[in-house]
Amino acid sequence: MSTEKNYLNHPKGLLSWLITVDHKRIAILYTIVVLFFFFVGGVYASLIRLELAFPNTMIDGGTPALGGATVAETEGMYFDDKTYNKIFTMHGIVMVFLVIIPATPAILGNFLLPILLGAKDVAFPRLNLASWYVYMLGAGVALTSLIAGGVDTGWTFYTPFSTLSKSVEVAGIQFSPVIAITLGAFILGFSSIFTGINFIVTIHKMRPPGMTWFKLPLFLWGMYATSLIQVLATPVLGVTLGLLILEKVTGAGIFDPALGGDPILFQHFFWFYSHPAVYIMILPAFAVISEMVAVHSHRNIFGYKLIGFSSVAIALLGSLVWGHHMFVSGQSEWLGAIFSFLTFFIGIPSGIKVFNWLATMYKGEIKLNTSMFYVIAFLINFAIGGLTGIFLGTLVIDINLHDTYFVVAHFHYVMMGSGLFAFFGGMHHWWPKIFGKMYNEIVGILGCLVIFVGFNITFLSQFYLGLQGMPRRYHDYSGFGPEEIFSRFHGFSSVGTLIMAIGFVIIALNWLHSLFAGKKAPSNPWGGLTLEWATTSPPPTHNFHKDPEYIHGPYDYDKILPENIAQKPADKE
Amino acid sequence: MSNTIDHEGNPYVAHHFVDMDQQHESAKLGVWLFLFTEILLFSGLFCAYAVFHSLYPEMFLEANKLLSWKMGAFNTFILITSSMTMALAIREIQLDRKKNCVWLLVLTVILAGGFLVVKYFEYTSKISHGLLPGKFFNPAPEYAELLKDTENPQVFMSIYFFSTGLHGIHVVLGMVWLGWMAIRTANDAFSSKYYAPIEMGGLYWHVVDLIWIFLFPLLYLIG
Repeated sequence: MSTEKNYLNHPKGLLSWLITVDHKRIAILYTIVVLFFFFVGGVYASLIRLELAFPNTMIDGGTPALGGATVAETEGMYFDDKTYNKIFTMHGIVMVFLVIIPATPAILGNFLLPILLGAKDVAFPRLNLASWYVYMLGAGVALTSLIAGGVDTGWTFYTPFSTLSKSVEVAGIQFSPVIAITLGAFILGFSSIFTGINFIVTIHKMRPPGMTWFKLPLFLWGMYATSLIQVLATPVLGVTLGLLILEKVTGAGIFDPALGGDPILFQHFFWFYSHPAVYIMILPAFAVISEMVAVHSHRNIFGYKLIGFSSVAIALLGSLVWGHHMFVSGQSEWLGAIFSFLTFFIGIPSGIKVFNWLATMYKGEIKLNTSMFYVIAFLINFAIGGLTGIFLGTLVIDINLHDTYFVVAHFHYVMMGSGLFAFFGGMHHWWPKIFGKMYNEIVGILGCLVIFVGFNITFLSQFYLGLQGMPRRYHDYSGFGPEEIFSRFHGFSSVGTLIMAIGFVIIALNWLHSLFAGKKAPSNPWGGLTLEWATTSPPPTHNFHKDPEYIHGPYDYDKILPENIAQKPADKE
Repeated sequence: MSNTIDHEGNPYVAHHFVDMDQQHESAKLGVWLFLFTEILLFSGLFCAYAVFHSLYPEMFLEANKLLSWKMGAFNTFILITSSMTMALAIREIQLDRKKNCVWLLVLTVILAGGFLVVKYFEYTSKISHGLLPGKFFNPAPEYAELLKDTENPQVFMSIYFFSTGLHGIHVVLGMVWLGWMAIRTANDAFSSKYYAPIEMGGLYWHVVDLIWIFLFPLLYLIG
């Protein structure tokens, strides 16, 4: 470790990390817990694939430790149906609320947002730290549901699954796992709102003189659109989950039809938040990819304004399409048709982005390094995920495919294949800046390729399963449908998961090697022109040794050499 | 956070802001966004109100008679008055009349307390007549007679208790914040140069007031 002071080594001590208001350190705190929960969610995913890989072959007797049932009921499977329901529910909740929603905004966003503006911190540093603690509290409260045997409602908490689920007695106290987990998600919403408010205010008020809206790096446009949704949609989730808790406690009659309520109302409320939340997961990915594609193609981004505006357009349109999750819920068919029609519109800004990134790469000086491999993997996955989204948004097709593996495959292509691939790509892209160490490019590329191959084997099979009629959320598929096909493609899917797991091990080893034995990173290893590359790697506590000059645009590769980043011509020695 | 001195020698500017204006503008925008989320939080309840009003319009007309519009009107008067004292408190601190500001803040908190006292009498009356939300709904005979032709009157009481309860929590939080502001003003923490936290409290208080102004006619006056 060099003796140079930077945000990582100064001040020292665990306490200095736990009470830090430095946005960079908060990003590191988030990194640790988010990666931990990514591992937890991955373990749940592996258990799901394990169960589905071997139908009718294992005589294991269930797993009573996970709240399982008797041998007779579970013969032929790893897990009985109830345990399986809990496993996929936990997989969904952990991955959505604890991993994907915070991953890119809270880690990369927190780290980069002020630096890209040449600022010393976000507008409300203490609120930023509070958001981490609130996140930890929410995660803790949500996980207490495991003590009471877990939740089996699916991550959507649909009524009446959630209202009918029973309380369990733990140490003499009536304890409802559904209340615990919805309360946890409610609290996590505050964390998300805090981050959103912080980012919006920072982007509005802390831009340096001369950096107008159209000179912002596109990362900030993406973060701004994400934050808008966080602030607009999350309170509605809050009140929805609040009403769900009250429904369970008082039998309020809001969602329970037996008491005069309307269960479809819950779905409307839930998706009014959760559809925009899908864009909370994907817009940060767009933000990351926009930066990576420009830096590693070494070319001015094509269609800057269109990329920026399309993020905001997606944020706004995304609030108007929630009904496409409810085509078979019994909502009016006119509503269904309108929602279907509005859904098609989302394809336009998404397509604009993809073509602009491709156009940026066209005739660029492409460096085929780890980050670029992630960009390409993202573009392929997002094309598949996005286009299948159009299929599912089509009313007539969705009625056939609703709640099949086709839907599962589609949203994994978007949330994982695009959202998390961009996050991991971004982690590689900014790794030298965050930790001040280089990683091994060959191993980095290998890791990307292995998870890409594993991912596609896992989820392309699931498209086919869905088309063959395999419903989602079934723990067993023996005795119905084309069992032979189900069995073969579930087998492919599980092998793909194993490959992906190996890929993540490669990535983790590469990162660990880099942390402990990596070469020291230069300030600007990729030759970028945004302001984070103008400071040292890792940056000092106040981000810059000398306030950077804002004198050129973020993508002026045709005008500025990377070594002259953020310097006035006169500054050159 | 270490405070540094900006060009005007103002010690309240945090290290990451260029000057007081930027800090003040940022805080203000932050609070506006926060208030926006508050309104959205209540929007779910308003939405539930609209849905159930359209499902059971006759029931809403009858169940509405369970509430005392006089108490509601009195509380509306109290809250609007407290909004006025709040606005005056900000004016006084802008003019550096700190003592007046403290008294006006205290008066605001007292009025908020008065609102809660009235609410307490309303709630105890509802509870004693069994007019409770959801499965606890067990109306006293005279109310059971009034509601005998209506569908699901317990849903109305659920919406009444949840929305006024959530609003009540916001009143309590406002009292805590404004009370603290009164103490800090009395301790000379604020002046015409720096009074942002009072101003933010004021914005919050007006929103709490505003939400009540919507709740009052929707719940009490539709009959």
